[in-house]
Amino acid sequence: MAKTHITMKVNGAEVEGLVEPRTLLVHFLRETLSLTGTHIGCETTHCGACTVDLDGKSVKSCTVFAVQAEGSEILTIEGIANADGSLAALQEGFRMMHGLQCGFCTPGMIVRAHRLLQENPAPTEAEIRMGISGNLCRCTGYQNIVKAIQYASAKVNGTEFREAAE
Amino acid sequence: MIPGSFSYHRPATVSDAVKLLADLGDEARPLAGGHSLVPMMKLRLASPEHLVDLGRIEGLKGIRRLSNALEIGAMTTQHDLLGSDEIARSIPILHEAALLIADPQVRYMGTVGGNVANGDPGNDLPALMMTLGASYTLTRSSGSRTVAARDFYQGAYFTALEPGELLTAVTVPIPPSGHGYAYEKLKRKIGDYATAAAAVVLTMKAGVVESCAIGLTNLAETALLADAAARAVIGSKLEAATLKTAAAAAEAIMTPAADARGPVEYRKHVGGIMVTRALARAAARAT
Repeated sequence: MAKTHITMKVNGAEVEGLVEPRTLLVHFLRETLSLTGTHIGCETTHCGACTVDLDGKSVKSCTVFAVQAEGSEILTIEGIANADGSLAALQEGFRMMHGLQCGFCTPGMIVRAHRLLQENPAPTEAEIRMGISGNLCRCTGYQNIVKAIQYASAKVNGTEFREAAE
Repeated sequence: MIPGSFSYHRPATVSDAVKLLADLGDEARPLAGGHSLVPMMKLRLASPEHLVDLGRIEGLKGIRRLSNALEIGAMTTQHDLLGSDEIARSIPILHEAALLIADPQVRYMGTVGGNVANGDPGNDLPALMMTLGASYTLTRSSGSRTVAARDFYQGAYFTALEPGELLTAVTVPIPPSGHGYAYEKLKRKIGDYATAAAAVVLTMKAGVVESCAIGLTNLAETALLADAAARAVIGSKLEAATLKTAAAAAEAIMTPAADARGPVEYRKHVGGIMVTRALARAAARAT
């Protein structure tokens, strides 16, 4: 099958590649661009481990063809840190609140939470839980992931983060 | 989990898209949000030779206010529905139902047109559109025609769409102000299709039901309109006995499959409960 030339902006950098139309975006990111931070979990659109930001939308990159992203702007976990290399508020939140155990879901969680906070900078706990309902974690029981996102929200908004009583 | 090979087409206009679909014939499929089609392709349950990507056709996006209806472009996403003040104000049941479709990532990609055109009995919007009396605009090279949602579905994945036709818009009449509405969906987890779901839109006057429509999701090969159940409640005050009669009338037309969501008897039973709950909640909202 003839390959198609595609260009897009990934984490601020113009990239290009030759792909078959059937190449999934997650494979283009991981194999062509060597950005292996985006994980492949279930490959069936359920788990959200492969979540990336595509033109301001959280998408499961295992269910989007790379050719569909032609000309788009993509943000992956590799582009989340601050420009000076320090941890972004969300990354700091996951670290401080122990928001990960095995870490497999973490890139998808953080990229999804990034979009959630862009759209709703001060979400309630219920809104956070609904907001990350397309991302599965099999370790944490989600409690500390929710806290991590609350931590990041408070930090970005300059408000005080208080751990909810358990 | 790699799909079979295909040729990719990205038309910029509806007329280019329908021409491609007509020229390429049976081996071409339109690609909307892709969140039904791409998983099927990865499982090799679908192997189209050509995909016609509708994602860059601006004319298919957006919600337009007509005098007594909203026209929703086929490529309007479920996320767009949730962000629309017009939907929330005029047809709030669509807002409520969109929140129950899949998960946030899927709603950013999943489209109204794809959801209603695919003919999957598990999709939520067909029953909603039937309940609301919506109609679909089907476009081909030679022009377009309008088909009522209630006449569109023929069987699981079989619809009134003819080869070379594309569903381009959904026109939804705005229910009367003060109407009551509810979409009750029982599902095992977020992201799952309904074990059973019921949509209700009704109007009431002095505590008596004046008009009512009831739609059912995933309880037969297609979405269903429960007309007899709706007739049973019109003129009533939704007393317990009436609700029971309506649920029984709805259950009588349900023919769900036994699957991982439960045996037939269970799915019909909870289908009746969804109808009862949706009626009660819709009535409580009516003014």
